[in-house]
Amino acid sequence: MSKKDKEPLFSAKNRKLLLGPLSASNPVVVQILGICSALAVTAKLQPAFVMAISVTVVTAFSNLIMSLLRNSIPSRIRIIVQLVVIAFLVILVDQVLKAYVYDVSKQLSVFVGLIITNCIIMGRVEAFALGNKPWPAFLDGVGNGAGYGLILIIVAIFRELLGAGTLWGYQVIPASFYDAGYSNNGLMLLPPMALIIVGIIIWVHRSWKKDLQEK
Amino acid sequence: MNKNSNSYIIIYSTVMVVIVALVLAFASLSLQPIQKANQDNETKGAILMSIGQGMDAEKAKDKTAYINEEYAKYIIESFAVDSKGNKVEGADAFALLGSLKDEYAKPENERVLPVFVGKKDSGEKLYILPLWGSGLWGPLWGYLALESDMTTIYGAVFDHKGETPGLGAEITTAAFQNQFKGKSIFNGNEIVGISVLKGAGSSADNPNAVDAISGGTITSRGVQNMIISNLQGYAGFIEKTKSEDVVSSPQDEDQANLTDESTPDLPVIEDQSLTVRENE
Repeated sequence: MSKKDKEPLFSAKNRKLLLGPLSASNPVVVQILGICSALAVTAKLQPAFVMAISVTVVTAFSNLIMSLLRNSIPSRIRIIVQLVVIAFLVILVDQVLKAYVYDVSKQLSVFVGLIITNCIIMGRVEAFALGNKPWPAFLDGVGNGAGYGLILIIVAIFRELLGAGTLWGYQVIPASFYDAGYSNNGLMLLPPMALIIVGIIIWVHRSWKKDLQEK
Repeated sequence: MNKNSNSYIIIYSTVMVVIVALVLAFASLSLQPIQKANQDNETKGAILMSIGQGMDAEKAKDKTAYINEEYAKYIIESFAVDSKGNKVEGADAFALLGSLKDEYAKPENERVLPVFVGKKDSGEKLYILPLWGSGLWGPLWGYLALESDMTTIYGAVFDHKGETPGLGAEITTAAFQNQFKGKSIFNGNEIVGISVLKGAGSSADNPNAVDAISGGTITSRGVQNMIISNLQGYAGFIEKTKSEDVVSSPQDEDQANLTDESTPDLPVIEDQSLTVRENE
């Protein structure tokens, strides 16, 4: 106990918890979790960004709360308690989005509510938060949310840029390109292209991190 | 204490649920005014859109301020009418928009329906009638703006709760909504609404029809039914305003022409070709 308390807030182990999910144990491209919302909300950058923040908040705080409660939870209703905590956070996030970023919350529609069923969150709570102290659990939640968000944002950048010629709603591809015969690829805005882009990211990622390749 | 005993589990879950409920209730109540303001703002934007105003909302720096400013400028009056077309005192038209569903559930002679009066840049009056109906998956709503002759459609906007993206949800696109401009809700002296017909161009020469959306048959039919059933609710108001208009302005030749042209091939609601199965 006392040994752990002396550990610095960002020790090597904690840094690994925070940064690992960005690449080496990324929830989307390595563990292949949370794909369905990655397909649905990445047609534009802004909703993808808001979704990334929302999921990060939910994973971080559900991990934190579950880690704080971990010694008092009756193991028989463990999953129910997890769902109540996650649903509670998601409803809270949904209410805040409706109040402060109404337009984006309309675009995200049901996918905010569906964060509840995002495997990443349940997975981290069950696999990590229930067995670890609050601070590492919180960092693990932030890391996994950010890892998910990172992929969402990369996919959204490709889709919005190539599909609509804009980024964050601002025109990026100059009008002279269109005059010269360039046109937006409408296919990019459809969900299948998100899956293909995620596939390409996984390919690039595994070519770079050779130890992730299955033998 | 035994963490797996029944009493511990029951107490634990009760306490947890009560805490969660309290926090959520508090959050919901404290955020409600802001959420309500957002929704009102959206409604105002849609009303403005039906008369072709407030189109720069997306580019405006402060969207809320922009919408409110345009709303104050172009919407000159709002009131509620009963089934005979008489104004109902003391009813708030804007508040009624939230309970249209309940109003349409009442018998026709008890309904109190909102009307908004807008104006063109030239100062001519436009009457905006809110619409409420149902599509395939959920409610549809919209606003139909009529010229002061109460016959010609000046503009229309539609929105929906959960129609299929790419199919039924296409009713929110400008391409669909622009078709309504200049169409007539009257055929002779009868209110016939607007038929939504299958087949590109099938509505071209028909002043009482527009083209439906491929693959969105049930939503298209929902729009058609919504318009006719809602207009019948406003029939008293429409007839009354129309007769006032004829008395006040002698130049009703345009209207006479319009009704004459619209005689061939009377489209009877609910017949016509909408029989293709919904591809949804």
